[in-house]
Amino acid sequence: MSAYETLRLIWWAVLGVLLIGFAVMDGFDLGTAMLLPFVGRTDIERRVVINTIGPVWEGNQVWLITGGGAIFAAWPALYAVAFSGFYLAMFLLLAALILRPVGFKFRSKIENARWRASWDMVLFLAGLVPALVFGVAFGNAMLGAPFRFTPSLRMIYTGGLLELFSPFALLCGLVSVAMLLTHGATWLACKTEAPIAARARRIGSIAALATLLLFALGGLFAAHLDGYVITQFAGVDAPSNPLTKHVARVPGALLAHYGRAPWTLAAPFLGLAGAALAGLLLAGGKAAKPAFLCSAAAIAGIIATAGISLFPFLLPSSLDPDAGLTVWDASSSAGTLLTMAVATAVLLPIILLYTGFIYHVLRGKVTAGAIEADPHGNY
Amino acid sequence: MGAAPMDIVQLSRLQFALTALYHFLFVPLTLGMSVLLAVMESVYVTTGRTIWRDMVKFWGVLFGINFAMGVATGITMEFEFGTNWAYYAHYVGDIFGAPLAIEGLMAFFLEASFIGLFFFGWNRLSRVQHLIATCLMALGTNLSALWILIANGWMQHPVGAHFDIATMRMEVTDFAAVVFNPVAQAKFVHTVSAGYVTGAMFIASISAFYLLRGRHRGLAIRSLTVAASFGLAAALSVVVLGDESGYMAGQNQKMKIAAIEAMWQTEPAPASFTAFGIPDQTTHETRYAIRIPYLLGLIATRSIDTPVAGIDNLVSQNELRIRTGMRAYGAMETLRVHPDDEAARAIFKADGRDLGYALLLRRYTDHVTQAGEATIAKAALDTIPPVLPLFFSFRIMVGLGFFFIALFATLFVQASRRQLERHRWLLHVTLWALPLPWLAAELGWVVAEVGRQPWTIDGVLPTFLSVSSVPASDVILSIAGFVTLYTAMAVIEMVLMTRAIRHGPELPAKPGPMQERVA
Repeated sequence: MSAYETLRLIWWAVLGVLLIGFAVMDGFDLGTAMLLPFVGRTDIERRVVINTIGPVWEGNQVWLITGGGAIFAAWPALYAVAFSGFYLAMFLLLAALILRPVGFKFRSKIENARWRASWDMVLFLAGLVPALVFGVAFGNAMLGAPFRFTPSLRMIYTGGLLELFSPFALLCGLVSVAMLLTHGATWLACKTEAPIAARARRIGSIAALATLLLFALGGLFAAHLDGYVITQFAGVDAPSNPLTKHVARVPGALLAHYGRAPWTLAAPFLGLAGAALAGLLLAGGKAAKPAFLCSAAAIAGIIATAGISLFPFLLPSSLDPDAGLTVWDASSSAGTLLTMAVATAVLLPIILLYTGFIYHVLRGKVTAGAIEADPHGNY
Repeated sequence: MGAAPMDIVQLSRLQFALTALYHFLFVPLTLGMSVLLAVMESVYVTTGRTIWRDMVKFWGVLFGINFAMGVATGITMEFEFGTNWAYYAHYVGDIFGAPLAIEGLMAFFLEASFIGLFFFGWNRLSRVQHLIATCLMALGTNLSALWILIANGWMQHPVGAHFDIATMRMEVTDFAAVVFNPVAQAKFVHTVSAGYVTGAMFIASISAFYLLRGRHRGLAIRSLTVAASFGLAAALSVVVLGDESGYMAGQNQKMKIAAIEAMWQTEPAPASFTAFGIPDQTTHETRYAIRIPYLLGLIATRSIDTPVAGIDNLVSQNELRIRTGMRAYGAMETLRVHPDDEAARAIFKADGRDLGYALLLRRYTDHVTQAGEATIAKAALDTIPPVLPLFFSFRIMVGLGFFFIALFATLFVQASRRQLERHRWLLHVTLWALPLPWLAAELGWVVAEVGRQPWTIDGVLPTFLSVSSVPASDVILSIAGFVTLYTAMAVIEMVLMTRAIRHGPELPAKPGPMQERVA
């Protein structure tokens, strides 16, 4: 393996790690926000729910920002095509991500039932929309997006917002919503007491079952879709130019890796088993932390499944298959990949270390009593 | 390279300017207040006086509202390079993406993680531990500014990179040069100092408000004293280091400094400084000009015998660079078809540096190498940024800078003499000066980024080529969305801030059981 090929594979894996990191860490925030109106019936209950994520949502959101920065740095072509191609979907996502932090801050500052009810609705949507849009985006990545390049590599995108919501993409969106609902429920089961925790367990076990079924359905659906296969290309360490290869559309290609290299089945298996176990642990009233870990494993498995199914594609093109973006032709230069790999290898462990310390400091359940005792000290 | 229609360019610029200026309302205050909170908390931990802790908690509430807005609007900025400036993202992502990613890993994680402990850790951490959390949060915000300005500095002065024909984009050759870019370093110190001034003014103004009302005197006097000394140091450094920034621009962005000075013709050294005038971009004259001899030459060259180049002179130089760039462009086109063409390779090696100047022609023609004399002349004139807004933005910003020094120096003297409350006029001035650091900061953004036009990357990539190929209707829709969302948030934020300030800190009326929390 050449150095450039290795670096590209490392960055494909790092991209996965950052996306999984985002989905696991910010995912329970999104799930908790979606659950807010259902598990919290009174104002104090809802404040308990919000305060479980109050001290940590800012750090969690950085996973997305760092993920975006890493895509920009390591896969600039993917960043350019995906962000501008899905323009209005990105705006929806941004609006939700902007409203969420201000929702947390603004809601608690004024004691007025209608004010707070309105923000609860905003927070619910600010959890739902990103969860849905991310899933739909993954679905569209697997289907291929309608873009091509001019010879100077200016990207031309021909789709619109509504075309993103095709049946398969919507199914992926629902997988994402169900998966993050489960994850949020396991978080609340860890961090709250009855009756909130009980409600979270009930909804979470149903959501886990839904995750399992929808994910399996997605696999069956994918078997009947066209995938993309490189038929001729410049090589795994050639300069990054997506116009130097030929690509064929092949039915069922999305699942081809699993037949060729059965060990890759570990990813979908992890997704299915994680969801099943999380559901069982939630429904059976068992310890909540293992349920949280199982749900995190399910997320990792499901995202890894999407990544492996696409490999070596990052974002195929349905309009001009030859223009699709792959690991071999959409990366930064070897120099940038190396610099960034060193920076990540040094900084990511430090981040995990202090994140772990912070969660340790904030351990324990959030109770209604604690919120009432310190009405202004919390959200 | 397929130039985009101009309306998309104008709309994308409008959206970027709106969202960047809005985001930049929150950034300077976060920068300044995080450091001031760390200072106040250090006093609390070393002296053990609880009023200092109450101060940290009170100012912390206001800091928190501001911080959430900064986080929320910052996500927009990072997404926009992809959504609205896709060709830019492709063209320079190899260099520009790295500092953004490192900013996330090194700085943003740090500040966003420890802000949770700052608010929720009072009862869970020891005093020293909590102080460390506050300091790490402040360190994170400042490192964040460093990496963002390394990215921005590269747009102003692109070092350590070359154009690669196989990938049709800029690629990094020397990452250390990008990080230690002198323009980036100068911008960093200038910008964080401006943030410190903003933080100091915010605390000073609200403290002055309390003193004028005779409320919360203990807290207000201490806060004002800290703000005065911190603000004085910051205001001095923002002007001195702003001069450093001007010196850098003189070395690297001659056109920017000539435009700021509305200096149409090269003057014999040392050049005079135009204190006032009305620059006219069509006739290349500055009417009603009032000039101070020698001053500009001193600022821009730090000598009395080096001439400062005028706009017309620079336009002729740029015209030559366009011609060189055209040769490079022709060689590039040959090399894309025949990568082994030695003659073309030699031409590209010699002239490739000016490739970006040839791209300026794309505004008028798809056949760059065949551009006529009139087109070349027009493209050369395009290298002049809008002079009038630069001229005035710069002068108002500098004027404000000197005002901040004077105000903080006066406050510092009165605070040292413990006579802050005796001079009500001074408290009034301090209160009403509240919005001025924001004005200065926004104008500073205008000077830096309007002054960079017509380029996104100085000399490398013109702004009009940098945009995405998205329908204008989509961009109009997103602008409408941002304006609605941001206006609503601004109104709510102002209401909440005002409420929190009016309510004031919840301090014990008499010595008694220690109050735990503020509004």
